[in-house]
Amino acid sequence: MTLSALKDIPLLGQAEFRDAVLAAVGRKARVASFFGAPIGGRTRIFAVLAHPEEGSLGVLSCDAGESFPSLTPDCPQVHLFERELAEDCGVRLKGHPWLKPVRSHRTATNFYALAGSEVHEVAVGPVHAGIIEPGHFRFQCHGETVYHLEIMLGYQHRGIEKTLKGPGPRTLRLMETAAGDSSIAHASAYCQVVEALARGHAPARAVVLRGVALELERLANHVGDLGALAGDVGFLPTASYCGRLRGDLLNLTAAACGSRFGRGWLRPGGVDFDLEEDLADQCLEKLDAALRDAGGAVELLWSSPSVIARFEETGPVSRKAAQELGLVGVAARACGIPRDARYEFPSGIFRMVQIPVSVWKTGDVFARAYVRWLEIQRSGAFLEEQLPALPPGPLAVGLRPAASDSLAVSLVEGWRGEVCHVAITDALGKFLKYKVTDPSFHNWMGLGLALRGTPISDFPLCNKSFNLSYCGFDL
Amino acid sequence: MIKALAARLRQGYRTNRYPVEAPSLPPRFRGKPAVDFSKCPPGCRACEKACPSRAMDAEAKTLDLGRCVFCADCSRACPQGSLKFTTDHRLAAWKREDLVLGSEFRKPKGAPDTPWRRLYGRSLKLRQVSAGGCNACEADINVLSTITYDLGRFGIQVVASPRHADGLIVTGPVTENMKLALEKTYRALPPPRFVIAVGACACSGGLFAGNAEQSGGVASVLPVDLFIPGCPPHPFTILDGLLRVVGKIG
Repeated sequence: MTLSALKDIPLLGQAEFRDAVLAAVGRKARVASFFGAPIGGRTRIFAVLAHPEEGSLGVLSCDAGESFPSLTPDCPQVHLFERELAEDCGVRLKGHPWLKPVRSHRTATNFYALAGSEVHEVAVGPVHAGIIEPGHFRFQCHGETVYHLEIMLGYQHRGIEKTLKGPGPRTLRLMETAAGDSSIAHASAYCQVVEALARGHAPARAVVLRGVALELERLANHVGDLGALAGDVGFLPTASYCGRLRGDLLNLTAAACGSRFGRGWLRPGGVDFDLEEDLADQCLEKLDAALRDAGGAVELLWSSPSVIARFEETGPVSRKAAQELGLVGVAARACGIPRDARYEFPSGIFRMVQIPVSVWKTGDVFARAYVRWLEIQRSGAFLEEQLPALPPGPLAVGLRPAASDSLAVSLVEGWRGEVCHVAITDALGKFLKYKVTDPSFHNWMGLGLALRGTPISDFPLCNKSFNLSYCGFDL
Repeated sequence: MIKALAARLRQGYRTNRYPVEAPSLPPRFRGKPAVDFSKCPPGCRACEKACPSRAMDAEAKTLDLGRCVFCADCSRACPQGSLKFTTDHRLAAWKREDLVLGSEFRKPKGAPDTPWRRLYGRSLKLRQVSAGGCNACEADINVLSTITYDLGRFGIQVVASPRHADGLIVTGPVTENMKLALEKTYRALPPPRFVIAVGACACSGGLFAGNAEQSGGVASVLPVDLFIPGCPPHPFTILDGLLRVVGKIG
């Protein structure tokens, strides 16, 4: 988490801003967030640049002015951020190659279409044939082969960001529902932002408990995803076992805080629920059993040639494409990129305890599945180390009011990838702008690329291997 | 094959015995609140101020479970201990107003004797539509089809097409962008058809009530037959509701 006074953030001219962002990206920085905020009656553009090699975050700004020359042709990873900027702040972008709505459905989307008598289009959604959030997918196909997939979202848009007026209990609960399966990740990011603004710190015990909560969330979702991937290739044993185990892992979180999704566990300044010694022991025992069963269930995948044949070389994304698009989380690590906020920009417990970054190089469904398996083992080891040795002390501290005219950034590695929250406060310490970037925002385009040249029947499998959030994108 | 069989043996039998046996819920689980406003000193609004979803009305002395996100911020704020969350998971109600708890605890009325309920006693097919749900309610509906709950043993199944469905199970506050798709899905269901709203968002708009981007719950768009509150409701809470629809629970 980083805090800066607003006046200390470089305000550049548009040309300088552009050069600075491109130069940083050339030096392997990544655009973690990019958005407009109303400052002094005008829209100011902010770019949050994450420099992994230095482990530092940089923020640059410039005025949106009459129009803004699009960075996308030179820096593809801002393509969606710029579309959002145009939609939310009315910034006129010059030279954006794909300036379409992000969430708004007020105008009809002009879908990309292939022409020719032998090509056809398949449209799917928003309502899908399962218990899943809504989204619309347009496939341009030649026979079975997908040439292009265009993904239209926005169906889940609830208008969260603009209702975030300032730190408070309501804001915390809204953050817990930003993406329900990532309640802990978003609550962690929010708590860290509020603590940065208050120049306070959660006490040691709370810091470790937040790490425990975050890794439990990762375990449950990864185990569930491996089961769902098995289900999508018709391998029912692992699908059944992992479906049950995911629930068992969620129940560990429920034992700690009453909610299977960790709602109510965290709060700015600390946590609201402790894992007392006997409860921690019980959790550890159940965790041990769940991990053992998960090991057995998942090993079946790797020892079944019929599963491996369906996973390998399906929906590949190249390392270069992942790098250019700025993919994060499992999707990036499955392309051989060691990108993990717990390692690159550690906060909380991860400043003291390292979880090795799990990487696989092939960029296909297999890689995205195998990275999850590696992470299950490493998060499990982390929990088995932390649960018996929780530091003593209070669960929470009181916080001072939020700093005025400031900007705070926090990065948390949720189970899908990097969750980035940015708050800009006004003269009273209320939010002038609160920007939530869910990992799905970076990654949906990756799914589109994975489908290129892939048979359309592999879409469910590819989609599940990314398992992106709709509401996290739509907010 | 041998490995698969060995794994099957190790995994064992995992389906719970609900509703014959009571569910095992953790002591910290927050289910139906027990409210006793008789102790409240006049003018105290601590619970109402603490509530993030405007579920508490200190003046009327009511707690609207349809809006409640079960965070227990109210019970922490209450100086008198008037509010306590019990581990009772049974929250479903046939009428929206039955979700409003007052100082006189209102027992939800019995199931309406509509013809469609007799039709669906042994086979119930549901279509799920997420209309702005955050994927927590969706996940806890999904989990009912796993071996832990095995929804199929009650003759209940979530199906892929509205044409095959008897009813809709809807999550989310109904976002503007999903309104049309939800209405179309409902119209695609052959009548008689019914609607179940799952979660605080679907019951009332929840935390998002009042936002222009949503409708304030399913009832503002479709006629709702059963409300299942929670944020998200526990799988047992949802299962309890579904079993009431098919008459397997009173």
